[in-house]
Amino acid sequence: MIAFILRRLLQSVIVMIAVAAVSFTLFRFVGDPINSMVGQEASIADRQALRDSLGLNDPIILQFGRFLGNALQGEFGISYRLQMPVTELILQRLPATIELALVSGLLAFVVGLALGVYTALRRRGVLSNVIMTASLIGVSLPTFLIGVLLIWVFAVELRWLPSNGRGEVVALGDWWSTGFLTHSGRLALILPAVTLGLYQMTLIMRLVRAEMLEVLRTDYIKFARARGLSARAVNFGHALKNTLVPVITITGLQLGSIIAFSIITETVFNWPGVGALFINSVRFVDVPVMAAYLMMIALIFVVINLIVDLLYYAVDPRLRVDRAGKAH
Amino acid sequence: MADPLLSVRDLVVEFPTRRGTLRALDRVSFDIMPGEVLGMVGESGAGKSITGAAIIGLIEPPGRIAAGEIRLKGERIDNLRPEALRKIRGKRIGMVFQDPLTSLNPLYTVAQQLIETIRTHIDCSEAEARKRAVALLDRVGIPAAARRIDDYPHHFSGGMRQRVVIALALCAEPELVIADEPTTALDVSVQSQIIEVLKDICAERGAAVMLITHDMGVIAETADRVAVLYAGRVAEIGPVREVITEALHPYTRGLMGSIPTLTQESDRLVQIPGAMPRLNAIPQGCAFNPRCERAFAPCFTERPELLALDGGRRVACWLHDTAKASEVPHG
Amino acid sequence: MTSKTPGRLYRLWDSDLAYAFRTAPVAIVATLVALTIIFCAVFAPWLAPMNPYNPAGLNLMNGFTPPMEPNAFTGETFLMGADNQGRDMLSTIMYGTRTSLFVGAMAVLFAMVLGISVGLYAGWRGGWVDGALMRVADVQLAFPAILIALLIFGIARGFIPDNLRDQLAIWVLIVAIGLSDWVQFARVVRGATMVEKNKEYVQAARVIGAHPAKIMFRHILPNVMGPVLVIATISLALAIIAEATLSFLGVGVPPTQPSLGTLIRIGQGFLISGEWWILLFPSLTLLALALSVNLLGDWLRDALNPRLR
Repeated sequence: MIAFILRRLLQSVIVMIAVAAVSFTLFRFVGDPINSMVGQEASIADRQALRDSLGLNDPIILQFGRFLGNALQGEFGISYRLQMPVTELILQRLPATIELALVSGLLAFVVGLALGVYTALRRRGVLSNVIMTASLIGVSLPTFLIGVLLIWVFAVELRWLPSNGRGEVVALGDWWSTGFLTHSGRLALILPAVTLGLYQMTLIMRLVRAEMLEVLRTDYIKFARARGLSARAVNFGHALKNTLVPVITITGLQLGSIIAFSIITETVFNWPGVGALFINSVRFVDVPVMAAYLMMIALIFVVINLIVDLLYYAVDPRLRVDRAGKAH
Repeated sequence: MADPLLSVRDLVVEFPTRRGTLRALDRVSFDIMPGEVLGMVGESGAGKSITGAAIIGLIEPPGRIAAGEIRLKGERIDNLRPEALRKIRGKRIGMVFQDPLTSLNPLYTVAQQLIETIRTHIDCSEAEARKRAVALLDRVGIPAAARRIDDYPHHFSGGMRQRVVIALALCAEPELVIADEPTTALDVSVQSQIIEVLKDICAERGAAVMLITHDMGVIAETADRVAVLYAGRVAEIGPVREVITEALHPYTRGLMGSIPTLTQESDRLVQIPGAMPRLNAIPQGCAFNPRCERAFAPCFTERPELLALDGGRRVACWLHDTAKASEVPHG
Repeated sequence: MTSKTPGRLYRLWDSDLAYAFRTAPVAIVATLVALTIIFCAVFAPWLAPMNPYNPAGLNLMNGFTPPMEPNAFTGETFLMGADNQGRDMLSTIMYGTRTSLFVGAMAVLFAMVLGISVGLYAGWRGGWVDGALMRVADVQLAFPAILIALLIFGIARGFIPDNLRDQLAIWVLIVAIGLSDWVQFARVVRGATMVEKNKEYVQAARVIGAHPAKIMFRHILPNVMGPVLVIATISLALAIIAEATLSFLGVGVPPTQPSLGTLIRIGQGFLISGEWWILLFPSLTLLALALSVNLLGDWLRDALNPRLR
């Protein structure tokens, strides 16, 4: 067990270093930082001097090392576009994204699970077929389109909900700002959360359904039925529990992708999160922000993957090697 | 004669497919007496497992029981509502499946699965159920039952797992146990042990056993009577000893002849030419007629019904119908 | 009397796959819809009522005409209305779909070629080559495709000088989307290669000295086309959606060659002022296209899945 954790940690570190290398390459070689920092009029000599002072003429490895060192301290330089420290920019906007991601993730999981179980158990019912068809539409609808259409219906036509922004936020502690505590904040959260969560919800629903149908076909479920266990015990006690094992792990992985998808939702709704920041950085080739975002996302993914692996371990007894492990 | 525990009459099981409806069972009839062991043999696809599934009400849709009756102690069970049928399963009819590897839920301990089943059918406390469970595990031959009951299924070897399965099937004290190929997935060395355990524990509780298998050796050792299935129909039923030594149906004869014995003198095993017909291509008349060397006129046109003969034997073959047999040309 | 052995066409018609197709209304409808859209898009220059990107043909007075209503000034009617510059929506959609499809199809092609090559190579070589390649694949799979596409796009942008950006944008987009999607192909092909590699006919071919590439393409590849086809279909839907997303975000196709994504972004701008048709019709087209391709892929997967038969 310890060996397993150590091995996974090592893998994670390797991945992070690889990502850092990509990030660094981005940082260093894409676009010209000097150009972005001084005006057109600066002389060649001035540029050279600037290069030296920034350490841009040192050996690559040294630069990489410096980059890593800085990264570990959370220092990513200055945004070309906004002329602000990148770390500060990201931290400022992170709470918005995280709140959005959490709410939509929760929504996606709960609703997706419920619908998935329902359509698996009532496989041939009319409602199930309707839901499955709707889910196919859900998978074919790009996130941005969902957002735009939702805005049209609920913000423009019905005027029930705001179409952009985060509403009023309340500062919590040093750098966190939350929209949960104000009415307008909560209202503003609804459309973006639904937009962001819909795709994930459809995926989860289809996954749960497929897994559950698989499980319902197994011998141990047949045997459970043959023993006269109640439908509830068979479907929820046995089938659902076995379904949840792969589902929980895959859902956990989805959380990471929600954070990535927030890029789109934030753009559609003008939500002030890190996703919108990233898109603008791609548009304007604001390399420091791109590099920093990349590292951040990689870190989030790696951590989530690690947690999910551990979770798998905890939930499935077959993976635990204890008691000399041998069957006897 | 005592009343049969289980009575199956003219059971028809169909599977609709895109190329027409397939009859997996075509008017199967037999009885099982209380406490007896009825063996059910036949090749793969003959319908043995389907019969077991039909009795316990677990035919997967779109398959369904199309006609016939199944009676448990005189009451019909084939047309019960799902909830009523569920009450019978486990409590009055138990089932043991073939593969112990996949029969047990890997996420629950043996204790949890046993206690859950016991408490579903018997009203008792958890502690009480656990006591019963441990005693049962002990009875089926799991060493250190009290400790091992909290293990997960993957901690047990194949033979041990099957013992657990047997314990699970019997924990609610059913009157009939259907064992579908209980030893096929096990090592040969372990097979006879498991059959012993099954036979003993059922005899002890007075439970009847329907032993489905393609292994005649097991039948010979364990069963009281045997039913031979062919292409979804019963070919022959009778006391084990007599069916084996003096088979009446040509198919059964072929089956017996194809089993190697220590005392055999010939150097080639008897082989029945041809193969069992596919369910969508069953010949008219007797299903066995293309492969039967003794087939004569009525075999090709009329399907033989199960004829009752002396000594509790039944056979579905025109050769034994005195009226028709007179038409057999001698020579 | 002996009957004629049924001809090849009949056998194809009567095969399980074709039967499943014929009797599944969903599959038939989806295919028809997809084919119609694709047809209109491919032949847009000949089929569209007008060329929306020819400034000479535009009449600004036609701007904002609602669908099916004659314009107050010019009396022209547009099936799907006209946008703010008087362009016929139907035409812009047809041209837009053309761009979307082009990018999508090329991206899938790229992903397929890349994925199949990597898969064949990894499966054949095995050992550490396979291990390394699959590791890369695994890591990439952990990140959402859109992110990878964005990243590649961003990096490429950084290298390409400003004046060439617009011209090359489409190709960069194709490569970006393709690179984000090759993994599935590689995995499937690799798995099949490893299975087939050990079969006797492959051993036999190796013994007589056949070149590995020939073995891979001649023998192994045909065996794996079924799953590859399913993945390709679904990938097409994903690629179309990816392109639309990127274009919507402003990091996709250049403004000179708008795709459905661009059109939708433009349409969003006119929501508040009430010209709903500028948004609705491109949206419906995108949805219809993605949905029909997805349905087809889904159906194909079920039909080719031996366990469900």
